[in-house]
Amino acid sequence: MTEPEVYAKITAILREVFDRDDIEATPTLAADQVEGWDSFKQVEILIAVQEEFSVKFSSRELDSLKNVGDLVNIVVSKVH
Amino acid sequence: MSATPTLHWLPEAKEWRPTLAAFRNASPKSWDDAVRLAGHNLDFIKTGALDQAVQAAFAEPPSGLVAPPVRLAMLGSATMTHLQPALRVAALRRGLHVTIYENDYGQYLQELHDSSSALHRFKPDTILIALDAWHLTAGIDASMTQAEADAAFDSVRERILAIWKLARSMGARVLHQTPLPAIPDLIGGNEQRLPGSRAAFIMRLNAALRPMADDAGVSLISLDARAATDGLHGWHDAALWHRAKQEVSPAAAPIYGELVARALAAALGRSAKCLVLDLDNTLWGGVIGDDGMDGIILGQGSALGEAFASVQDYAREQSRRGIILAVCSKNDATNALEPFEKHPEMVLRRTDIACFVANWNDKASNIRDIAKQLNIGLDSLVFLDDNPFERNLVRAELPMVAVPEVPDDPALVPRVLADAGYFEALSITPEDLERGRLYQSNLARETLRASVTDMDSYLRDLQMKLVWSRFDTTGLARTTQLINKTNQFNLTTRRYSEDEVAAVMNDPAAFGLQLRLLDRFGDNGIIGIVIGRPVADDATSVIIDTWLMSCRVLGRGVEAATLALVVSAAQKLGASRLIGEYLPTKKNGMVREHFPKLGFAALSEEPNGATRWVLDLKNCVSPSSFIEIVEA
Repeated sequence: MTEPEVYAKITAILREVFDRDDIEATPTLAADQVEGWDSFKQVEILIAVQEEFSVKFSSRELDSLKNVGDLVNIVVSKVH
Repeated sequence: MSATPTLHWLPEAKEWRPTLAAFRNASPKSWDDAVRLAGHNLDFIKTGALDQAVQAAFAEPPSGLVAPPVRLAMLGSATMTHLQPALRVAALRRGLHVTIYENDYGQYLQELHDSSSALHRFKPDTILIALDAWHLTAGIDASMTQAEADAAFDSVRERILAIWKLARSMGARVLHQTPLPAIPDLIGGNEQRLPGSRAAFIMRLNAALRPMADDAGVSLISLDARAATDGLHGWHDAALWHRAKQEVSPAAAPIYGELVARALAAALGRSAKCLVLDLDNTLWGGVIGDDGMDGIILGQGSALGEAFASVQDYAREQSRRGIILAVCSKNDATNALEPFEKHPEMVLRRTDIACFVANWNDKASNIRDIAKQLNIGLDSLVFLDDNPFERNLVRAELPMVAVPEVPDDPALVPRVLADAGYFEALSITPEDLERGRLYQSNLARETLRASVTDMDSYLRDLQMKLVWSRFDTTGLARTTQLINKTNQFNLTTRRYSEDEVAAVMNDPAAFGLQLRLLDRFGDNGIIGIVIGRPVADDATSVIIDTWLMSCRVLGRGVEAATLALVVSAAQKLGASRLIGEYLPTKKNGMVREHFPKLGFAALSEEPNGATRWVLDLKNCVSPSSFIEIVEA
């Protein structure tokens, strides 16, 4: 799976989670830029991403996430 | 990897976001619409979105609910906020409104004790106690002696009993959720031999909670049993536990909500009471009217037959514990009853069925009558049918009837019914165990009277297309098979070989039509065959040599649409009269009135019951139907 494909799928997940069509997954997008992206939403997003790509994040990876770019890098490293 | 349990018995949510947006934008919002939206296989994200939309409109319970609104306090040791939306939505699925209070993290005991706490001010009518495995085993370690471990166990028992007592003293119904067995074992398959094992402690506690709850009048939410069925990994995510102290993974929230909502529904008398069963391809394989007693697949001899028997066995066990069984089948009553009376492999017998309805009316009307005969509400019925058309018809016409999705493999059906939890009960009474017999003696086995429902709008919604073509070589095998197999909707029951069918195909003076029916739920395949031939000594007439149809598509107006095609094919041959013929057999009584229903006039009748009918092609008006006719 290519990086743009991963971004596209994560965009779809974010749109579903926040129920908004104007949200776009970009490398620098982070929780503090999206209204309502609290720790609960964070967990929802992580689980949805795990299910979408059939991957599992380790505790280390969960702790290292700062933005969508980090998330995509982890996904890409796991699905390749 | 994804072992997430789903609400697999509910239909998929199609076009979800636009549908939800329509609900959100509606004014005023309808509680019934919300209930309908909740009746889908929603994952935790969709569940959360629906809850948000519903909460915006119905934070307070609307009037006219099916049951009193519930005030539920969730008192737990772990985080449960992420479970609230799914619990509300699962209750909504049952028409119940729940207002939830959750204790401040770690404060459940203080709040119970303090009569001025927010918990007491909330005035819950139901209290759910949720203590996780780590909380319960705090202080237990593997170096303990048996005596130390036993003392620790007793103290936890006493603590739980004290909590129940406090909750009870608030005047609330008490539910207790069993801890997920999420702590890894230390010594393995005989973990109980290590006195200080936390994993063994939880196993022991979960076993002890059953009699404790029975004695205390507390009902359990059995997460342990559910996780054993679904797989613990779908329920508990170790990484998330450390991150957010969520014992139950958010991904499992929808099924968690179901378990709690079922218990609430059962407490409020809202569980289902009756299982309505289809017959063909639900209780046995094949079609009794076409395949006959020797042809249906049931019981020993094949895996499929045994799987169908297991469906019957599950239904019979449900009836023995107090669930009423009914049959709703599109069949001639005599055909439908025969296996119940004579088939050696039938598990269910006629006497197990409190209300037996087999006729050609639409199933929504029949189900309405079953509810009336049994004198129970439509919302206490569960309808099991392998045919998606019937399921969707009943869902559309009778949204209060529970209609589970049915997997293609009957081996999976008992699990589906169990997972769906329609028949959840918190107690079993002597009356429950007597109920089956009660209904049998009270019920007259009268056939249902014909009744009319608002079918038109449903049929229009189906967007049916009848795709027709002349016989062709690709369809030859299927056409021949249908000609030789169809018994019920078959006017003349003439059987033809593949060569004879090919001869019709190549005869310019005759016509053979094959009909395929599509609707918005999919392709029903070839469902009809008509053969027309010139009448030997009458150049102006065409006779319908063969007209057969699959019973799957009865009651949908296919007959009228087919007639329009036959009329036009006959006109192309230069005919001015169309002759219809009915040759009675043991199996085709359902089409005795086929031609007069379509506007044909009587022509002749033989002593054996064979009839001939005529339609004047000059002044014939095609009856209207909701089917678009398309040439392949």
